[in-house]
Amino acid sequence: MLNTELNISAPDEFYEALVDIHRFLTPEQSKLVNAKLILLLANHVGDLAVLRAAMDKAREGVTPLAQDPTLRAVT
Amino acid sequence: MTSSAADADYQALVFDYARSGDQDATAPVRHRVIIVGAGPVGLATAIDLAQQGITTLLLDDDDRLSTGSRAICFAKRTLEIFDRLGCGHRMVDKGVTWNLGKVFFHDEPVYSFNLLPEGRHGHPAFINLQQYYVEGYLLERAKQLSNLEIRWKNKIAALTQTDAGIALGVETPEGSYTLHCDWLVAADGARSAVRGLLGLTSEGQTFRDRFLIADVRMDADFPTERWFWFDPPFHPNQSVLLHQQPDGVWRIDFQLGWDADPVAERQPDRVIPRVQALLGRETRFDLEWVSVYTFACLRMDKFLHGRVLFAGDSAHGVSPFGARGANSGVQDADNLAWKLGLVLKGLAPQTLLDTYDSERVYAADENILNSTRSTDFITPKNEASRAFRDATLQLAKDCSFARRLVNSGRLSIPSTYADSPLNTQDTDDYAGDMVPGAPATDAPVRIGEQDTWFLRQTGNAFTGIYFADGKELSVERWKALRSLSESPTPVSLLLVVANGLRSKNTDSANILEDVEGLVAKRYDAKPGTFYLLRPDQHVCARWRSFDADAVHSALKRATGHLGGSRAQH
Repeated sequence: MLNTELNISAPDEFYEALVDIHRFLTPEQSKLVNAKLILLLANHVGDLAVLRAAMDKAREGVTPLAQDPTLRAVT
Repeated sequence: MTSSAADADYQALVFDYARSGDQDATAPVRHRVIIVGAGPVGLATAIDLAQQGITTLLLDDDDRLSTGSRAICFAKRTLEIFDRLGCGHRMVDKGVTWNLGKVFFHDEPVYSFNLLPEGRHGHPAFINLQQYYVEGYLLERAKQLSNLEIRWKNKIAALTQTDAGIALGVETPEGSYTLHCDWLVAADGARSAVRGLLGLTSEGQTFRDRFLIADVRMDADFPTERWFWFDPPFHPNQSVLLHQQPDGVWRIDFQLGWDADPVAERQPDRVIPRVQALLGRETRFDLEWVSVYTFACLRMDKFLHGRVLFAGDSAHGVSPFGARGANSGVQDADNLAWKLGLVLKGLAPQTLLDTYDSERVYAADENILNSTRSTDFITPKNEASRAFRDATLQLAKDCSFARRLVNSGRLSIPSTYADSPLNTQDTDDYAGDMVPGAPATDAPVRIGEQDTWFLRQTGNAFTGIYFADGKELSVERWKALRSLSESPTPVSLLLVVANGLRSKNTDSANILEDVEGLVAKRYDAKPGTFYLLRPDQHVCARWRSFDADAVHSALKRATGHLGGSRAQH
């Protein structure tokens, strides 16, 4: 079960540290760091049901505006 | 069976068109089964049917085998099927054997995988062998079967089907003629003419990427492993795959990106510098084959349409990273041939063929899922997936969890038909993978003084495997076991005994000594355990103790006689 109640012992310190790791990074570099962070945390959590719940929560309210990058194939 | 036949130059062979008596018949000649397409799938299906004693006609619109670079990786399961068809050893003898894959990021190794971690199987996890050898060996096997006829330069140009049968219009160099058949197997490839004539499609997605295949001939001392690079210094920002084939030929795949010009990129003046960047300028090589391709994952909605069965690329397509194209096609043939054989012999209802559709659609979806996941890793669809890909590769250097996420292809393994209506559900507890629906696994055995392999004693018919204890079989038990061979669909019987034990009262060819205890271990067998395998070597039922009635009932279920119509879910 995904915990959405406060679980971080020092929330302000965490938030500061999270923002801090992106100091002086280009958007490209930040994207890579964020991706690594997500993978590390996801592995630590481990439980796929919790990870899916977190992914659903993160995606909530975001309407896709990009085009489908795949091409339909018919032969 | 080992053939002593020498290898021909299979790419150069041209098969003469020969006029058939059917072309001069006053009324169209009716065949029981016609197979379209003499590629690996069509040849495997035709050989299997002919081995079952069914007169089989194979038509091909060309007069040659495949040329150039096509399928190269043949999986253990496919080799086991080729054993059953009488030509597995030849493939393994000629092929380059490998079990290990390595993945590099930049120029550092980040992940490696052994595809056959447990050992003691009759065949390696994979061999690499050019498709023209596979077709050549299958063709030479086919020619040993007098009830299998192949007609080259016979092109299907018209098709009508009714409940009663199929009429085909066939074009030849000497004009057209009509053939009738009960069943048609369309193994005529990704651009299937049969599919087109029926107005059917295969649908899915094409990936926005292009790959250059270069097969080069050279003397090189790379190990016989699958090497895959992400973003190597010699081909920045793209991936490269290197793989050895027989005759000193190496397959190199260069990812080019969607914007690459497919015509320009296949010119030698573009290809040679790319290959030199990988091999070094001092390595001498010759280009055997160059092509630029895109790929798609797609399948037909159903593989059975009336009396037409689609198998191989005509039915489904995958990206090449995973060797799931030709392997799954041969596995289609493996699934189809015994069912069609029983239907043609009147030993199973036509509805048995519905399970060809359900089992192989399931397998195709599994292959497409794996192939799509690999492709999404190799060819990220958007900026976020690119970032996750790069993040995974960077973390893989010192975080073991990330190595398991690296996906350069999840290589072909056979499907377990766990939900098949042909399975009899377990009534006892078992450990391990040999669940109903699973492809039977191999182990070393001894017959008399001969060391051999378990799987080679199975297949082509239903096989009952009785794990005996050390005691003498009672006469009643022996009679009950032997009665299986007298059922309408005969069951051949194998007795597995512990190392060093051999019974005196039974014919020895059926007695397998479990020399290393691995048969019992891999099947989680105890004395008295009984397994029933289908003719395609998939498990369909098992019990902790033998009960002839239960086996006969399972046999009825596995031949489509029980369970009514196919489950709709």
